[in-house]
Amino acid sequence: MKTLRSSFKVPGGVHPDYRKQATRDKPVQVMPLPALLRVSMAQHMGAPAVPTVKKGAVVARGEVIGKAAGFISAAVHAPTSGTVKGIVDAPTAGGAVAPAVEIEPDGRDRWTDSLKARPDWRNAEAGELVAMAAAAGIAGMGGAGFPTHVKLSPPPDKPIDTLIVNGAECEPCLTADHRLMIEHADAIREGACIIRHILGARTLRVAVEDNKPEAVAAMEKALGGVEGDVAVVVLKTEYPQGAEKQQIYAITGREVPSGGLPMDVGALVENVGTCMAIRDAVVDGRPLTERVTTVTGTPLARPGNVLARLGTSYADLAGFCGGLMSPAAKVISGGPMMGLAQHSLDVTTSKTTSGLLFLSPDEVEAFTSLPCISCGRCVEACPAYLMPCEISRMVEAEDWEAAGWYDVMDCIECGCCAFECPARRPLVQHMRQGKAWIMAKRREQREKG
Amino acid sequence: MILTTATAIGLMGLACGGALALAARFLSVREDPRVERAAELLPGANCGGCGYAGCADYAKAIVLEGAAINLCAPGGGEVIGKIAQLMGVEAAAAERKVALVLCGGDSGNAPRRFAYNGVADCRAAHAVDGGDKQCRYGCLGYGSCARVCPVGAIEITAGGLAVVHPGVCIGCGACVKACPRSLIRMVPVSRTIHVLCSSRDKGPIVKQACKVGCIGCTLCAKLADNGAIAMDGFLAVVDYDKELTNEAVVEKCPGKCIVQRSMEGATA
Repeated sequence: MKTLRSSFKVPGGVHPDYRKQATRDKPVQVMPLPALLRVSMAQHMGAPAVPTVKKGAVVARGEVIGKAAGFISAAVHAPTSGTVKGIVDAPTAGGAVAPAVEIEPDGRDRWTDSLKARPDWRNAEAGELVAMAAAAGIAGMGGAGFPTHVKLSPPPDKPIDTLIVNGAECEPCLTADHRLMIEHADAIREGACIIRHILGARTLRVAVEDNKPEAVAAMEKALGGVEGDVAVVVLKTEYPQGAEKQQIYAITGREVPSGGLPMDVGALVENVGTCMAIRDAVVDGRPLTERVTTVTGTPLARPGNVLARLGTSYADLAGFCGGLMSPAAKVISGGPMMGLAQHSLDVTTSKTTSGLLFLSPDEVEAFTSLPCISCGRCVEACPAYLMPCEISRMVEAEDWEAAGWYDVMDCIECGCCAFECPARRPLVQHMRQGKAWIMAKRREQREKG
Repeated sequence: MILTTATAIGLMGLACGGALALAARFLSVREDPRVERAAELLPGANCGGCGYAGCADYAKAIVLEGAAINLCAPGGGEVIGKIAQLMGVEAAAAERKVALVLCGGDSGNAPRRFAYNGVADCRAAHAVDGGDKQCRYGCLGYGSCARVCPVGAIEITAGGLAVVHPGVCIGCGACVKACPRSLIRMVPVSRTIHVLCSSRDKGPIVKQACKVGCIGCTLCAKLADNGAIAMDGFLAVVDYDKELTNEAVVEKCPGKCIVQRSMEGATA
């Protein structure tokens, strides 16, 4: 075990006000069960799960209530024991509507009997452990929610030699991963070792930004006895150090090609929360039914890090944190840079809800976007070497092909460009429009054959 | 010396000229003269409403491929008649149609659920949880239709509602395709009674979302008795192929979404 200091600076990147003081020293609190859990079937990237229970069914915690619809999908489990009140169409944090299973907890929180644990995972085949991760419904908990079993099944011609455990948490305001590293470093280590065992990866790196010295110390201690090429890498505090491709470059010096995946350069990045979920799934046999969410913001009475069941409504989360002392002008699911603004507190937590942020009226500025003045600040800020100003104008002119030539698909939607733009242009939304159009076109072509 | 050069150039010019003259005579493409005349008859707006890439393309399609001659909406009956004469066929006189936005929920009638502060485009706004309007079917008012209109016939009112000026509309139908909520319909100019709502929600939901929404009471469908207004689920839809004589539907509509509005008036 060693500790490396990375002097790497993200190409571009920005330095927003980090504002983590409100919750960084607050231990994770376990939230009591709310009166109703609304568990969305679309908590991950890919096809939404298909509900497998009917109204009136009695479920135990960990029982499958939604089965994965295809390979790039993830199963959904009952977050507690109780009765299914119905299957409703509910809004998701991403602004879509997806089926959700409403469960009224019975208060006993009884686990299902059919849990299959594998504490002796060192003797297990990789395939069996990947199947366990898939059965546990694990999806990337950093925010994107990519089904983890897919990442753990690289094709044989793309061996992975480096596992990076992502504890950078570069988003301002969020401290969920920070607390997880301090409080559950051993579980994260075990999860990382399981992934390393699955992939046969020799190198293990834990990436933490240098504004979290306690987390660095905790991870150093936890990794003490681990064999092989293991290191904690202390990254410079800069947004977006936690971005997957940028982090791979910072740590291995390998650049993921345009349109490529980390596996193309023999690397895999997993969030600390995902590592812990894998450990729980393999060692305890417990599927993913809860996660830590940072609930914060100035209007909130008691900001904190909350361990809540999946399907807890944002209103219940805010209530647990003392409710709002003053009105909130904006509610963001996730962090302020990449998070999604919400218009309803009926949205419920999912596997990807890393934070819930309330902003007071004086923190939210009403603005109108103006024409681009070609100052190039977005180009300097872009960590993916794109030209957001150009792409934005192409999207406005609906010249989608040109946006494709300018590699809009490589945009990671980190928001650095919009953060820097003096004309307050909706650059990220333009990028997303461009990406959506190209994805639709590709799908169309695939269907045509 | 100069004489040799001049002679050589002169001879070369003569030879090339001869070759071109021969090529023009033997290699010429024989074009139907009617194509050019048909193109002259068409209005030349190149709006694409006929489904062809501009007027010249449509003229070619009429003469060479036997395309229907009544597809030119801006030209109307006059142009159709002239083309019918040119082609020597009967003119199938079609009534002029203009675009109508089937929504009356401006800011005074239909509240918004949240403040949308993004790309000012209906498709972009619609992608954010189905748009900021409480009614999931109503006009968002970000002007995607107005931007594609080749003649500027669509106005976004101060209340955030798209309104087509029928006197300006050439009936090309570009706006129909641009609207992400499929709110715009082509209606015959002679018709005056319209259901200005597209909400398929049930009555109580509509009432919450809009003061001038169709609540699905079916009263108009009963009054119109000949099927000129028919229910499509919880929405009353005018069948413009059938005569609508009973003007009482306008007065009686409890949702106040049926209006009397002339489509022929020249407004701009």
